[in-house]
Amino acid sequence: MTMVQDRPPGQIIETDVVIIGAGPVALFAVFELGLLDIRAHLIDILDKPGGQCAELYPEKPIYDIPGLPVVTGQELTDRLMEQIKPFDPTFHLNERVDEISKHDDGRFLLKTDVGTCFLTKVVVIGAGGGSFTPKRPPIDGIEAYEGTSVHYSVRRMEVFRDKNILIVGGGDSALDWTLSLQPLSKSLTLLHRRDDFRAAPHSVEKMREMVAAGDMRLMIGQLSCLHGNDGLLESVTVKTKEGEERLPVDTLLPFFGLTMKLGPIADWGLNLEENLIPVDTEKFETSEPRIFAVGDINVYPGKLKLILSGFHEAALMAQKAHKYIYPDKKLLFQYTTSSSSLQKKLGVR
Amino acid sequence: MAKITFIQPDGSKQVVEATVGQTVMEAAKLENVPGIEAECGGACACATCHVYIAEGWREKTGAPSEMEEDMLDFAFDVRTESRLCCQIKVTEELDGLIVQVPAKQF
Ligand SMILES: Cc1cc2nc3c(=O)[nH]c(=O)nc-3n(C[C@H](O)[C@H](O)[C@H](O)COP(=O)(O)OP(=O)(O)OC[C@H]3O[C@@H](n4cnc5c(N)ncnc54)[C@H](O)[C@@H]3O)c2cc1C
Ligand code: FES
Repeated sequence: MTMVQDRPPGQIIETDVVIIGAGPVALFAVFELGLLDIRAHLIDILDKPGGQCAELYPEKPIYDIPGLPVVTGQELTDRLMEQIKPFDPTFHLNERVDEISKHDDGRFLLKTDVGTCFLTKVVVIGAGGGSFTPKRPPIDGIEAYEGTSVHYSVRRMEVFRDKNILIVGGGDSALDWTLSLQPLSKSLTLLHRRDDFRAAPHSVEKMREMVAAGDMRLMIGQLSCLHGNDGLLESVTVKTKEGEERLPVDTLLPFFGLTMKLGPIADWGLNLEENLIPVDTEKFETSEPRIFAVGDINVYPGKLKLILSGFHEAALMAQKAHKYIYPDKKLLFQYTTSSSSLQKKLGVR
Repeated sequence: MAKITFIQPDGSKQVVEATVGQTVMEAAKLENVPGIEAECGGACACATCHVYIAEGWREKTGAPSEMEEDMLDFAFDVRTESRLCCQIKVTEELDGLIVQVPAKQF
């Protein structure tokens, strides 16, 4: 498996298949395509493969995967990753597909938010419930400060130099950024609703040491109001057990986890039904030939948003994708149990 | 059977008949109680089924488990009476339960 990190922007990657999303269904699509000699590139906005299983419920058990009486979200992801290893897919993580357009030669041109471009014969949308995006605290008027004073992620630390920072949350993101940004901030406060943290114990311990040394402040309470002008934050109101406190800060970093939002898919010119992509049930192709949709993102009569249904969809999709990619090759139906050519591809000895 | 009253932020009330063994979230979803989103379907993985338990009922509903407390970090305006209602099993004892739906789920 290849993980792509810092690649110079602007480069165009030419390939047979790009899969949008790296959830469980996308991962199994790599397997089904691989058996038919089709290698895939996968793009996901998350920093890891596994989609909902890895992000929303890594530790929770799933009981309806055929043949696995019980498996956690993370275990299923790990097993799928192991199963697709022979097909050496390329993962482009932390990237969101923003645009799809038709190229002159009939292929599709895909562009990500960081500028990576793909030219591909076939697109498989395995986008689930949409792109994972940071949750926005439901505080009135917060939108006005986003991008200027309110940030949901840190791309460049320098932006935070000499700022009066408020970080909100109790998980790893909140604690990790507290530890990383404190040294360059003018002042830093960590706000959490209780004096108990989900984050890794060693970062919590470090944070408490910094508080004890007077380098930062820990507040127990909840954010209730933002104050400022023209997108520039001046202070916030924090509700604590003792009452309300107005805290002068110019930078706010809320870390309340991720949620799924349809995102750019809405702008791709595909037919949509209530944020889902209608497909046929023979090939799971969309209104645009050569663009397929599998897993939670698609809809058809009788659709069930189950992992096992997505696996089936991926198998049938691969058959049709093969026709597009190798129009002159006949496909022979084969079992992995008995086909020596399939076993060779899988690296069975 | 247990009757559960959901009070909306505007004060309007909806009484739902819940079956023993269901969760309070399931009972609410079956009757389309507004404001109970339950995006994760009751897996204690989304915090969009957040409610406030009315005075006098907190002992009967009990306190949140550690997993639920962790998930409550993702809810908005959490109070001592906060619960994720997918984690409350309906029992005969809860007949008459009153819960308040928060103004906003995350
Ligand atoms: C708590 C919980 C419990 C569940 N339990 C079960 C169960 O027991 N059994 C079962 O069968 N199912 C269960 N499910 C449902 C199951 O997780 C989903 O059906 C499955 O994850 C769908 O897989 P997918 O690959 O289609 O999409 P997802 O897993 O949703 O993955 C889609 C990925 O695509 C990415 N993406 C979307 N748009 C873009 C874009 N434009 N650019 C880049 N990346 C993008 C997203 O970031 C995401 O990572 C459960 C779900 C939850 C939340
Ligand atoms: S329904 Fe998701 S936590 Fe209760």
